[in-house]
Amino acid sequence: MTQRFVMALLIILSLATSSIADVTLPSYPKGKGEHCVEPTDVMRRDHFEYLMHHRQISVHLGVRSKRHSLVGCVDCHASQADDGAYIPVNEPGQFCGSCHIYTAVKIDCFSCHAAVPDAVVKQ
Amino acid sequence: MTDPANKPRRRFLGRTGASTALLALVPGVKLVDLALAKDEDEPASVKTRWGLLVDANRCVTDCQACVSACEDEHALAKTGTARLDPQWIRKVELVDESNDRSLSIPLMCQHCEDAPCVDVCPTGASFKRADGMVLVDKHTCIGCRYCMMACPFNARSFVHGEVTGQKSYSPRGKGTVESCTLCVHRVDQDRAPACVESCAVDGHGALTFGDLNDSESTVSKTVRSQPHRELRPDLALNTGVRYRGV
Repeated sequence: MTQRFVMALLIILSLATSSIADVTLPSYPKGKGEHCVEPTDVMRRDHFEYLMHHRQISVHLGVRSKRHSLVGCVDCHASQADDGAYIPVNEPGQFCGSCHIYTAVKIDCFSCHAAVPDAVVKQ
Repeated sequence: MTDPANKPRRRFLGRTGASTALLALVPGVKLVDLALAKDEDEPASVKTRWGLLVDANRCVTDCQACVSACEDEHALAKTGTARLDPQWIRKVELVDESNDRSLSIPLMCQHCEDAPCVDVCPTGASFKRADGMVLVDKHTCIGCRYCMMACPFNARSFVHGEVTGQKSYSPRGKGTVESCTLCVHRVDQDRAPACVESCAVDGHGALTFGDLNDSESTVSKTVRSQPHRELRPDLALNTGVRYRGV
């Protein structure tokens, strides 16, 4: 009985690990500059907190610091295609898109905000 | 665009405007006059009250420079259906029916001190910044459009469809209300609003922007020394946009 149980457990575990191994982890282009405005592990966990705080103080109070602004994120993390055109950061495989698709968390930032730096949008 | 809902209001403005005599332009008036820019991490201050002075005597009837400058600055693309197009600033013709005298003025959010749009907003999305700019926080706007109904100047637009090609400094999106921001992104960098700049470039100089609380600014000096008026003074809104020659 115990042997059967152990066998079943092993089979389940091997199935589980093989399915994890099949999933492609997010991969995204490297941002500009040496490092992000905060340590990477902090940004991974709390980027939305920074963005939420910054949106409050910038929209309502008029604080225009760049450190935690969404525009700053896009400026650093938007990558360029071969023809030099910027790729929107929320596209699959791009900085925001890759992780958000992986974690199935929908972002609606870019239904209003520009997902590429301004220089390119400008006619 | 002809909007039948606006007709009575425009006629009203026309009648009241006609009672005021035209004024000569004061020589030596600067077109753009800004206070020293605040630091970027400094919040807007109540010591400042941004204001815009429109000189109807200098505004040219067929000129749309301010309207196109606004559209370019904020990427206000046409929707293909005129009545759904965003309109942050529009040219209004005022006609005195008794003698057919006509005037052309730009009309946009008047940045009222006691703004009706702020009063009626159920979520606090429509708000007044410390320095007098009336803005919409689109993060909290639920698109109910109460503010559009409350605005006596019909100054707000609703975004009906998906928007693309936004500028980084001017986010816009479906389901939210928007209006003139006095180009807050430029003003925070010590630059004049796009409409003011374009009016000056065209040589008309009908728009002067500055701090109404700064006794040294051109806009405040002109407001203190020259006749001018608010639109709909009967509502006692204390608007930030003032008109001369109307």
